[in-house]
Amino acid sequence: MQLNPIEQFQIHNMAPLFSVGGQQFHFTNSALLMLIIVVLISLLLIGATVPRAVVPGRLQSIAEMSYEFVAKTVRDSAGTEGMRFFPFVFTLFMFVLFANVIGLIPYSFTVTSQLIVTACLALLVFFIVVAYGFWKNGLHFLNLFVPKGVPKLILPAIVLIEILSFLSRPVSHSVRLFANMLAGHITLQVFAGFVIMLAGAGILGIFGAALPFIMVILLTALELLVAFLQAYVFAILTCIYLNDAIHPGH
Amino acid sequence: MAETTAHTEQPETPSGFPPFQSEHFPSQLLWLTVFFVLLYILMSRIALPRIGSIFEERSKRIGDDLAAAERLKEQSNAAHAAYEKALADARARAQGIANSTREQQAAEAEAVHKRLEAQLHDRLAAAEQSIAATRAAAMGNVRSIAAETASAIVERLIGEAPPEHEIAAALDAGKN
Repeated sequence: MQLNPIEQFQIHNMAPLFSVGGQQFHFTNSALLMLIIVVLISLLLIGATVPRAVVPGRLQSIAEMSYEFVAKTVRDSAGTEGMRFFPFVFTLFMFVLFANVIGLIPYSFTVTSQLIVTACLALLVFFIVVAYGFWKNGLHFLNLFVPKGVPKLILPAIVLIEILSFLSRPVSHSVRLFANMLAGHITLQVFAGFVIMLAGAGILGIFGAALPFIMVILLTALELLVAFLQAYVFAILTCIYLNDAIHPGH
Repeated sequence: MAETTAHTEQPETPSGFPPFQSEHFPSQLLWLTVFFVLLYILMSRIALPRIGSIFEERSKRIGDDLAAAERLKEQSNAAHAAYEKALADARARAQGIANSTREQQAAEAEAVHKRLEAQLHDRLAAAEQSIAATRAAAMGNVRSIAAETASAIVERLIGEAPPEHEIAAALDAGKN
């Protein structure tokens, strides 16, 4: 096992593909994991629903539950109009969830621990919100930055704060997921490193290694929760931001 | 922690914190775009419509089954009502038949009774008539017997038979 706790986030170039303007593109371990994620999600949602059973089996039940779960999330926080973004939010949720959970398997790779990935997804959400907001509401979309019932005197300050908070959304949106994954995996790796170091230190060390080993087990359970929770948070924030685009009048 | 651990398999000799190594960004963005768009297409074109149609089919099936159950229940209710009605009708008809039979029988009995009564009446009348005739005949015979008896008695007393008209006169006188 690698003892360097940030080693696990290293991108490895597996196969060079082509270069554009001096920039070399590679097939990487991150790309491989994305491929695995897409295949597993497709197997679950397309493969398991082939029988179209009226009484679903286990896998079809899971597929249906994930559908209903995300549909309910979208409907509750973005309304029925938000359901036009349901495929997008569903894809986002499943992608992040599978990336988080698969990342917990030892020796695999966590796609969502790469800031560029989470930033890209968060910016995608941000630009969809802005584009749809202006397309649907025109300039009324700017009402989003002008809360109702605020005294005229402090309105400019409020508008400034609203704009700043709106612009900082993709930052918090992406860093939240990235930092959670990064910190969790580093913590796991550090405690796992303690187990190996202590176990290598003789008889007393083997007994001493039990403590960080138990910690690793507990942390793995916690990280599983975090993996799901962060995927959910990412999806529900997406819904809340989309709700702003659909109903900008607060 | 040890900086000297396994760096041997990396030909690109990375520098800095891995998530911030900008030389990997283009490849990451490329693959993220490819796989995210692929996943989006798979989900929005195949998976989600299919699951949606499964839900629709299921709710339709359940609705159909409920409607069929409702229909069957109505049918059974109707059959029950028809049975009840048939039973009531049959009862009423049986009652009617019983009543009419009773009346008919009563009428027949009455008729028989009347006929018998009439017959008895006729026979009674006939009998009375015959009694009267017999009595009249018997009464007629009494006079001739009296005349003969009187003639025989007188003959024994006086040795000769009295003339017929005297006897008749005596009988008429005696009768009063």
